[in-house]
Amino acid sequence: MTGTTRRDVLIGSGLFSAALMVPVAFGSSRSRAAGAPSLAGNTWLGVDAQGRVTLALPKTEMGQGILTTITMIAAEELAVRPVDVVVSIPDGDSVRFAPIDQGTGGSTSVREVWQPLREAGARARIALVNAGARQWGVPAAECDAHDGAVVHRPSGKVLAYAALVAAAAAAPLPTEAPVRPASAYAVIGKSHRRLDGDAKARGVAEYGIDVVVPGMKYAAISVSPIFGGKLAGVDEAAARAVQGVTGVIRGADVVYVVGDNTWAVRQGITAAKAQWTADAASTGTQQAGVIAAVAAALDKPGFVAATSGDLEAARVGAAHRFSATYTQPFLAHATMEPANCVAHVHDGQCEIWTGSQIPGDARKAAAKRLGLPLDKVTLHNRLMGGGFGRRLEADMVERCVDLAKQVPFPVKLIWSREEDMSHDWYRPAYADHIDIAIGADGKIAAWEHKIAGSSIMARLLGPAFKGVDDDAVEGAITPIYPARARKVTFQQQESLVPTSWWRGVGPLRSAFVMESAIDEVAHQVGADPIAFRLAHIEDPRARAVLEQARDKAGWGTAVAPGVGRGVAVIHLWDTYMAAVAEVTVDKDHQIAVKTVTVVVDCGQAVNPSGVAAQIDSGIIFGTAGALYGEVTIANGRVEQSNFHDYRVLRMNEAPVIHTTLIDNHEKPGGMGEPPNAVIFPALANAVFAATGKRLRNLPLQKGLEAG
Amino acid sequence: MAVTLTINGQRRDFDASPEMPLLWFLRDVAGLTGTKFGCAAGLCGACSVLMDGVRVFGCQTPVGDAVGKSITTIEGLTQQPLGKALVEAWNEVDVVQCGYCQPGQIVAAASLIATNPKPDDAAIDAGMSGNICRCGTYPRIRAAIHRAAQIHAGEPA
Ligand code: FES
Ligand code: FES
Repeated sequence: MTGTTRRDVLIGSGLFSAALMVPVAFGSSRSRAAGAPSLAGNTWLGVDAQGRVTLALPKTEMGQGILTTITMIAAEELAVRPVDVVVSIPDGDSVRFAPIDQGTGGSTSVREVWQPLREAGARARIALVNAGARQWGVPAAECDAHDGAVVHRPSGKVLAYAALVAAAAAAPLPTEAPVRPASAYAVIGKSHRRLDGDAKARGVAEYGIDVVVPGMKYAAISVSPIFGGKLAGVDEAAARAVQGVTGVIRGADVVYVVGDNTWAVRQGITAAKAQWTADAASTGTQQAGVIAAVAAALDKPGFVAATSGDLEAARVGAAHRFSATYTQPFLAHATMEPANCVAHVHDGQCEIWTGSQIPGDARKAAAKRLGLPLDKVTLHNRLMGGGFGRRLEADMVERCVDLAKQVPFPVKLIWSREEDMSHDWYRPAYADHIDIAIGADGKIAAWEHKIAGSSIMARLLGPAFKGVDDDAVEGAITPIYPARARKVTFQQQESLVPTSWWRGVGPLRSAFVMESAIDEVAHQVGADPIAFRLAHIEDPRARAVLEQARDKAGWGTAVAPGVGRGVAVIHLWDTYMAAVAEVTVDKDHQIAVKTVTVVVDCGQAVNPSGVAAQIDSGIIFGTAGALYGEVTIANGRVEQSNFHDYRVLRMNEAPVIHTTLIDNHEKPGGMGEPPNAVIFPALANAVFAATGKRLRNLPLQKGLEAG
Repeated sequence: MAVTLTINGQRRDFDASPEMPLLWFLRDVAGLTGTKFGCAAGLCGACSVLMDGVRVFGCQTPVGDAVGKSITTIEGLTQQPLGKALVEAWNEVDVVQCGYCQPGQIVAAASLIATNPKPDDAAIDAGMSGNICRCGTYPRIRAAIHRAAQIHAGEPA
């Protein structure tokens, strides 16, 4: 065992460069303890006795690059190189980072840490500068921090942080600590290679699934494939007959097989041939019924999320009227690293190793599940092989501690891909109805938008939920198109299918509907889709991204038959983004995405290379979702199981992506989700341009084949 | 049961069933966790390793099939000139996101460049479409393969 004290996993450059020099042997240990900071800018950023900047990452790294981004901001304020910062991935802790929430989702990370992180860095930097000035007996105003040292400008004298940190820590932290002005940025705004890239490329970075704890055994899991089903029988003897299987453990709706290695327990869980029972409501749950219920919910009045003006009055004398219903299916996350968790329950305590987007909440969930006080539960967080919202749920931790409390050793529980795919928390299936009236003056007179579907917020809020899901209606209630009268409603409609956050969350749903609908209206009135949008959008930043995308994409130039360009523009997560997608549709109705031109204004880009990477990522993730993504239900079970029936994009299908970043020093916006949201409608609009077929029901490929 | 395998140039005896897929053998028995589990169905390429220099899916290759062959995992590949060139290119292009698929991508790219030292885009599509990246790093992987081919051939950028 590794003990019960906090052990942050160091992934700073020092460790990785050391790892490079060690010839890779069979087995390795890549953890070491982080020294406590001597000078604390706050509870997670400081300078240690050797003068090294130490950062406990207040957000979680799932591939989005936040480790690098946050380190860059810290490096900027503390005047060191990002590679010199010793970064650790901290344990789940809901107190240490307050008011910042370790929970990482909703494209909030940079927006949330931007101010407190810089202020903490500035406090530490100025404490060091003051210590240097005191030592030299010179005014602090003559000193500055530079490259890990304090410099006295007039004399050129230099003292490294290591020589000043004790004195700086002994004095009270400065109350006045202005952050670096944008004009002085040496790190922020300049592309920086990912700090975790090299170790990941070499296969030496540690993900949750790679954790090895001494004495650990392995386990496979099978949860009832029918929603709400219960375990009815297990062929325990057959499972135990598999060489390497040491145990079979049953729960109400689950069976675990434990053994010496993953192969043994995978065979064991197959041999166990678990049987399940479920009531008729569960086994009778069918795709068509679930989807029909969501669509029918649109006929209810719904709860008002936003209203302004008088819709009926605004519709009088309309020059054009447009209304349509759009539907979007359940989606699985299909993170590259399947769900997994390691846990050890012993002596009234529990230690957990996993990759979680919510390490603090997952720790609490484990404590609750085990009936242990929170301080008896430790969650060591790890790098994640993809999150996309899947790891905003703690079910992998809960299932693992349920098992771990029944065995006297640490246990690593790994979901098979099939188990992961069929027991996800799915992006809700939604139905939206939109009704737009264009007045005689050509302006948008009335805009009515009804939204129906599962409410994630209702599940999370419980009785505090009042009928409007604030996530689901996000984007819908703050459109970039002004209207004289507007009404947006939400109607919750649940099924047995569990739902949760999926990259793009509610605003993705809103963006698909609104940017499809505005495109349809443009075509209906015979206007160019971009010119029509520009005729209505007032926000200059939204106009700028759209105009640049139009120009860079060669909008309006001739295309071959079967080729079409589609556009979408969003202002979501404090980021402005426009995309023009160019697709081809062949005679067999197969859609291929050739190029996507993206223009983004996300305010101050901390790491332009990272912003561009997120655009590649979201465009490709979203293209897979828009073209092919669909989870379907039959007899109460999810029908998809692996990448053969849940199609994702591959190298030969990836579009060429041209990204333009508009440089400015506005407050940073989110980047994890906007590209994924903008591409769904851009593709639907491009398919229309290519084929004349308006697809209002996702996924697009299926819709096109259905004719 | 004892099997003798050559992994990353080292010949060693292991206690493992010959039916065990290399993926689980490497990860759980040999302690080489750079080889990743993505699907266990030959669909994603995360488990890619080289067997006598050619990419195979570790999840589809029983340990018994590797006896008498030379297995190179990401840990061994990155100690060789081609692996070093690939990692250098991957770093230059800043390919990695979550990184989970990347060892498999680099192994597949090594297999590709070993047989086709200057792959064009079509060859990259053919050679790399067995590897899934959910983070969408394909454009940068493509660029990095072109760059790695240059580095490996000793050409300037
Ligand atoms: S894990 Fe072997 S191909 Fe996916
Ligand atoms: S980098 Fe995340 S799956 Fe490829």
